[in-house]
Amino acid sequence: MSMTQTPPEAIIQVRGLRNQFGTHVVHDGLDLDVYRGEILGVVGGSGTGKSVLLRTIAGLQTPAEGTITVFGNDLRKMDQTARARIETRWGVMFQDGALFSSLTVRENVEVPMQAIPGLDPTTARALADLKISMVGLPYLAGDKYPSELSGGMRKRAGLARALALDPEIVFLDEPTAGLDPIGAAAFDELIRGLSRSLGLTVFLVTHDLDTLHAICDRIAVLSDRRVLVTGTMQDMLTVDDPWVHDYFHGPRARAALAAQENNTGKDEI
Amino acid sequence: MPSDLSTEIDIIPQSGSTSVVMGGHVTIYTVADIQRRLTGLQDGADVELDLSDVTRLDTAGAWMVMTLKDRVEATGARFAVLGTRPETDSLLASVAQSMPKPETTPQTPATLSDVIERIGRGVAGGVMFVLDLVGYFGLFLSRLARAALHPREFRLTSLVHHCEEVGYRAVPIVALMSFLIGVVLAFQGASQLRQFGAEVFVVDLIAVSILRELGILLTSIIVAGRTASAFTAAIGSMKMREEIDAMRTLGLDPAMILFVPRILALLLMLPILGLIANMAGLFGGALMSWIELGISPEMFRTRLIEGTDVSHLMVGLIKAPVFALIIGVVGCHAGMQVESNAESLGRQTSKAVVTAIFAVIVADALFSIFFAQIGL
Repeated sequence: MSMTQTPPEAIIQVRGLRNQFGTHVVHDGLDLDVYRGEILGVVGGSGTGKSVLLRTIAGLQTPAEGTITVFGNDLRKMDQTARARIETRWGVMFQDGALFSSLTVRENVEVPMQAIPGLDPTTARALADLKISMVGLPYLAGDKYPSELSGGMRKRAGLARALALDPEIVFLDEPTAGLDPIGAAAFDELIRGLSRSLGLTVFLVTHDLDTLHAICDRIAVLSDRRVLVTGTMQDMLTVDDPWVHDYFHGPRARAALAAQENNTGKDEI
Repeated sequence: MPSDLSTEIDIIPQSGSTSVVMGGHVTIYTVADIQRRLTGLQDGADVELDLSDVTRLDTAGAWMVMTLKDRVEATGARFAVLGTRPETDSLLASVAQSMPKPETTPQTPATLSDVIERIGRGVAGGVMFVLDLVGYFGLFLSRLARAALHPREFRLTSLVHHCEEVGYRAVPIVALMSFLIGVVLAFQGASQLRQFGAEVFVVDLIAVSILRELGILLTSIIVAGRTASAFTAAIGSMKMREEIDAMRTLGLDPAMILFVPRILALLLMLPILGLIANMAGLFGGALMSWIELGISPEMFRTRLIEGTDVSHLMVGLIKAPVFALIIGVVGCHAGMQVESNAESLGRQTSKAVVTAIFAVIVADALFSIFFAQIGL
């Protein structure tokens, strides 16, 4: 990658990452930088290890080789306590929210707050209510159990829990998968709004071309066990690689691009 | 983080207004402490909050600012925030916009009629459940009759597969369990009967209790645990993944394809398992009688043939098909009740086992009464 000249602060640095399951190599020599405050979209065909990459950076998967540096600390060389302290500085939203099914939404959001010394239950509850409201859920949703919520609401609740401690990085695994177009657009808007107002760095794995167009500052394409190319949407349109070309020039991509141009046009008027 | 636990707050009272100067980190780690320190703030005075020395402000800090604002403005005084940077302003604005507005759902106290209604619903639910099971039994019978009339629709391969799963693979556990029960009976019987010098009657004790009751009852309980749960899990996971609906749209009958081979396999295999259990139990009893009481295998055999009527064996084995039907129908029924989430699969599976074991024991009790009445 030619991203080395005058780099902005790389909050996550992945170097020479290798992941394999048995003899199946998912990543080999993968390099990736994520800069502070940006929204990075990771795309790739099915089975190229997008989710595995997310899980590896979030520490849920031990890589076979390579270094992962987050906030300037090498994750693999850290002890348990330092590791736990780093982990409060990021949040992960799983595909279906991964809420604890035996707890209400509010209790789910309060779970990470229990680690904070001296935070009284009333304040924790009020802050949980604030987070629930910030992700666009109605107040009464806090009293509900995950099984009583729709898929979109569960994703929002999962995001509220990921944001409970005001992390600097959030990892989102397919945030708009399974949502209807209106819900998906609203979720995109929510992510962008939160990212701007909270100064979040967002690492999101997606298949949704609308999401890529609407909110991603930069896109990283996974292919052939590594990051093939990174850049803005405009850069992607000029890449020669056949897969990247098909991905960003297919009929769906053109429709998404047209929709985005329409939108920006309207905004300017 | 512990390093964040530093906030400086200066409360400077002036004429008619109070100036609050904050510095350092105003985050979720410090917000409880800040709130404690602000409780001393005088009510009714205007407040100016100076955030220019704040190095980090998160949503919890912004929430604290907004609650302070609400508190001050509620007394009719004015509140102002000074020294903010643009990003702080946008954070404060977005938090202000989404400050939760508590709503409560009206709660009515539970009255006597609610309690009665709950009891009524419970009873009606129980009755419906039993009727549902009877419905599934009828479905099985009708499909079985259909299979007899149209043998082409019947899946023989599936039946053989389930016979292997239900019967053949259960042999070791059933035989071992029954052997140990025989050992226990001989041991316990011996120590009691020895007091009367009636050791030899331990043979009758073992034979009657195993052949009449324990052999088949304990086999059924093991099979209920093993097989009812397996039926529920298999059919339930198909239900969960909409495979059952797919079958229907393809013109395939789930009852014919899924229920008939399973229940029929159980119907064929449970008597065989019961017989194996009987033999293993007698073997265990004979072995223990020999070791503990010195009753030789020959004597055990003679005593068994002379003293135990074959009707005991019949009484035991005649129950097997009934237990098989109960276990099979309960397992298949529970599988069909699974909804599209994993929790309901787990719930139905454990419910199937409990229901099947309970129903088997109830049926066994009814059989005992029945056989006592007709004098067998």
